[in-house]
Amino acid sequence: MDIQALAQEIPVEGEYSLEGIDFITNGEQYLTFVLDSEHYAVDILCVEEIRSWENPTRIPNAPTHVKGVINMRGVIVPIIDLRIKFGIGDAVYSETTVVIVLTYESSEQSRTIGFVVDAVSDVLNAEENEIKAAPAFGGIIPHHFVNGLVNVGEGVVTLLNVEALQQIEPHEVG
Amino acid sequence: MSVDLSQFIPTFLEESFEGLEIMESGLLNLEAGDSEMINAIFRAAHSIKGGAGTFGFGHVTEFTHLVETLLDEMRDGRREINSQEKEVLLASVDCIRLMIEAIQNESEYDDTSIIMVSAQLSELLANGNEPADGNSVISDVNGSSESDDPISSNKTKWNILFIPEHHLVQTGNDPLLLFSALEDFGELTATAVLDNLPSIIEMDVEELYMHWQLTLISDNATEEDIREVFEWVEDECELTISKEELEQPKHEKSGSAEANEQSDDTVPSPEQLLPNDNVQLAQTNSAAGVTNADSQASNVTTISPNTDDNNSPKAPKTPTKSKAKTDQGSIRVGVDKVDSLINLVGELVITQSMLSELGNDFDLSKVEKLTAGLEQLLQNTKELQESVMRIRMLPISFAFNRFPRLIHDLSMKTGKDIELIINGENTELDKTVMEQIGDPLVHLVRNAVDHGIEPVEKRLASGKSEKGTIWLNAYHQGGSIVIEIRDDGGGINRDAVFNKAVEKGLVEPNVTLTDSQVFELIFEPGFSTAKELSDISGRGVGMDVVKRNIQSLGGRIQIESTPGEGSTFKVHLPLTLAILDGQLVRVGEEVFVVPLITIVESLQAKPELINKVSGDMVLYRLREDNVPVIPIFQLFNLPAESQAVDNSLLVVVEADGQKVGLMVDDLLAQQQVVIKSLKDNYQDVAGVSGATILGDGSVAMILDVPGIIQMALEIAQHKQRQRSNVYQLEGALN
Amino acid sequence: MAKVLVVDDSNSIRDMVSFTLKGAGYQTVEAVNGQEGLSKAQAGGFDLVISDVNMPIMDGITLCQELRKLPSFKFTPILMLTTESSTDMKMKGKAAGATGWLVKPFNPDKLLSTIKRVIR
Repeated sequence: MDIQALAQEIPVEGEYSLEGIDFITNGEQYLTFVLDSEHYAVDILCVEEIRSWENPTRIPNAPTHVKGVINMRGVIVPIIDLRIKFGIGDAVYSETTVVIVLTYESSEQSRTIGFVVDAVSDVLNAEENEIKAAPAFGGIIPHHFVNGLVNVGEGVVTLLNVEALQQIEPHEVG
Repeated sequence: MSVDLSQFIPTFLEESFEGLEIMESGLLNLEAGDSEMINAIFRAAHSIKGGAGTFGFGHVTEFTHLVETLLDEMRDGRREINSQEKEVLLASVDCIRLMIEAIQNESEYDDTSIIMVSAQLSELLANGNEPADGNSVISDVNGSSESDDPISSNKTKWNILFIPEHHLVQTGNDPLLLFSALEDFGELTATAVLDNLPSIIEMDVEELYMHWQLTLISDNATEEDIREVFEWVEDECELTISKEELEQPKHEKSGSAEANEQSDDTVPSPEQLLPNDNVQLAQTNSAAGVTNADSQASNVTTISPNTDDNNSPKAPKTPTKSKAKTDQGSIRVGVDKVDSLINLVGELVITQSMLSELGNDFDLSKVEKLTAGLEQLLQNTKELQESVMRIRMLPISFAFNRFPRLIHDLSMKTGKDIELIINGENTELDKTVMEQIGDPLVHLVRNAVDHGIEPVEKRLASGKSEKGTIWLNAYHQGGSIVIEIRDDGGGINRDAVFNKAVEKGLVEPNVTLTDSQVFELIFEPGFSTAKELSDISGRGVGMDVVKRNIQSLGGRIQIESTPGEGSTFKVHLPLTLAILDGQLVRVGEEVFVVPLITIVESLQAKPELINKVSGDMVLYRLREDNVPVIPIFQLFNLPAESQAVDNSLLVVVEADGQKVGLMVDDLLAQQQVVIKSLKDNYQDVAGVSGATILGDGSVAMILDVPGIIQMALEIAQHKQRQRSNVYQLEGALN
Repeated sequence: MAKVLVVDDSNSIRDMVSFTLKGAGYQTVEAVNGQEGLSKAQAGGFDLVISDVNMPIMDGITLCQELRKLPSFKFTPILMLTTESSTDMKMKGKAAGATGWLVKPFNPDKLLSTIKRVIR
């Protein structure tokens, strides 16, 4: 799926209008998405594809934010609901609920995981100097998931650390 | 052109190992007079020698040559086959294997045994029924013919008269090509002599009626060089070669003395006997009509190469058409399997193009065609899958064929006379499973020799034949392969096993166990019934490791034993690790795959057979057994349709000798599933061994039966602990 | 392109011969024993046969005799791969209709130079 074409198609959510898409500028590109009423973004190079929500197969005794696994072209991909993981908003599933599939390759392994979000919104260009450190206090999201904040117009986009997102904590048995 | 020979070495090593196995099993089964067997053994040694020479492993060639010579004498009936020679030959097989393995690992090896065995071989050969003949000299004919003639580099004119037999061209030789080979040495002039041409009517177009007078002026060609060119036709022509020294004359000598002394049975090649000067080669059975034209040379020697080998008393019997059973296919994928794949892909392509053509302008009138096409596609895909899986399948003989030798050696070591009977060695098994089951099987066979078969005195005392028997049996059962190791020994002493287990603290002395539960104790870590560790099966590796290895392959092991009659160890293994035969079951909305190999039976629970014991524990009476019921929905924390055990569906599975009933909502289809790991993108999950993708594209979890039993056990223990805490608390309160 | 039938039960030797020949621009057809060689020979069009002597099922000598019975192999050169110890084998080969022989161990260069003596 062509992410950029898709990003253009996706209606920009009401009051939180972001700057116009400018692919020519320097800096990193991020895919921004919405959880409840907040804006988040991940490195666009990690985005494998964007899928619509489908019911996954449950994993026995998995924590609630792990919704299960799906078949993505023969590969078994776990689905994690970021809203539950971060405790933001209601985990409701509708036709507009989307799954962002991210692949992060480290020297040890390459993992592909799908993340449930409320909606995908835009592609964001941000140069390094535009990224500000997140304040150490406040916020529901644990600090190690956050790479920094970017101001976009009136709003703020939180850049997430994909490597940290991809870490899976072992579940308790029983 | 230079060809890198090293690329062929892996193939050479592979086929050498195969050859060694043929030799080994052949030698173990060799009976006097079995000429097919000895031929097969000889051929294997011969191939190893040939390959080793070609690929530059002179030490292997040298050693194998001794073996081959000994085998050759046996093959020709010149040598009796006795047990001493068999043992030396078996030891030789080990030596060659040692050398080949060293080549494979690019490592050094200890050559003590090789020196020893090689001395034994030489001694056997020296004491042979006949003295070793010319065969025992390893020489490179190619090399020697090029190197041993230090003639001066003066230009020499050679006069060559070449009178071929009429039928020469019928063996594929072409005089013109021979001449062009001569041209490599210098300036050649050839004059065709047509004197003997018959009239056109008498002429047979397939015959050659000409002969040639050739003159070669060369500064380095030797008599041998020239003769080598005519080597292949020397008995089909009259060849006279004489030399005119153009610059300085050379001393001439004659080789007639040696030539006349040759015996009938050892025919040295002419090259080895003859001097370099004027020689005429004439055939003994010279055809009529060909005259000796020999007057040109002043000093002519005529020798008669012995071409009529029917008169030779030592001519080996032609080893034709022997079909030794020991011949086995290559471990490389057989051409037939590849061909069948190619055919299937061909069909797939045809189906695909048919379907895409159909799609170009599709309308409802073509639905029938579409259905047929899809049906065909389904068929193609299924066949393709089967074919691909077959590539990984090898006959279990690859794992079995080391056992005859093992039994042979163990018999020697223990003094027990044991016969090994192998059945079903053509049963096919996945290559990966095969590679990993080898060691556990060796351990089980050693165990059967060591603990199963009784010492001779004891056998005789209990009225058995002196010779013990071990059976190795393989067969397919459902989607799995069963390997049986059976012995006709004393059987497992139930009480001895139990007492030992009590002694080791593995069981309480007052529990009552069934026979099979007692036998299971053998697989407990730290269990060993041997009074002292023998060097046969007591190698620090216990039966617990055997069991663990089998389980890690998704298999299980079972023991049956009758006192005084023997024991049978049954190993059940999946045919492949990539594909599993599964029973699909439904729990709530989820579909799970239960490996068919673990399923004992499926049944609908009758309320009267359900017993609730000690609180939450539910037991189901299955004939004699009380089978604990594990509701999957509970264990996996899932919504389910029916939560009551009464009238529920139970899939009775077995692992580690423990049967449990898995409570499910529905039984669906049985089908083969491709196993996919959950670990790649997630992590291991307790109770499931992996996932698979079903026909509708959805994912289903594959149940890990031993894991589920373990989970249920832990939960039960946890609850017990809580309960006993409650009792203690109540006690304290009271 | 000359077409050569290579018959040898040893995979490594057969690979080596076939590889060498292909490298020199020949087309090769391989067989693992005399019987397979004979059945592949039925296709015809071969310019040369190179065969091992010692093989299971059907040996090289028998193969040679059988090939010579086929009209299309009447004049086709047949080279036998023999070992140094088998002088009588060479003679048997000749009697069976072999054109010549190549003594093992041999190297690719020797193979090619020998072949030049039987085909153009």
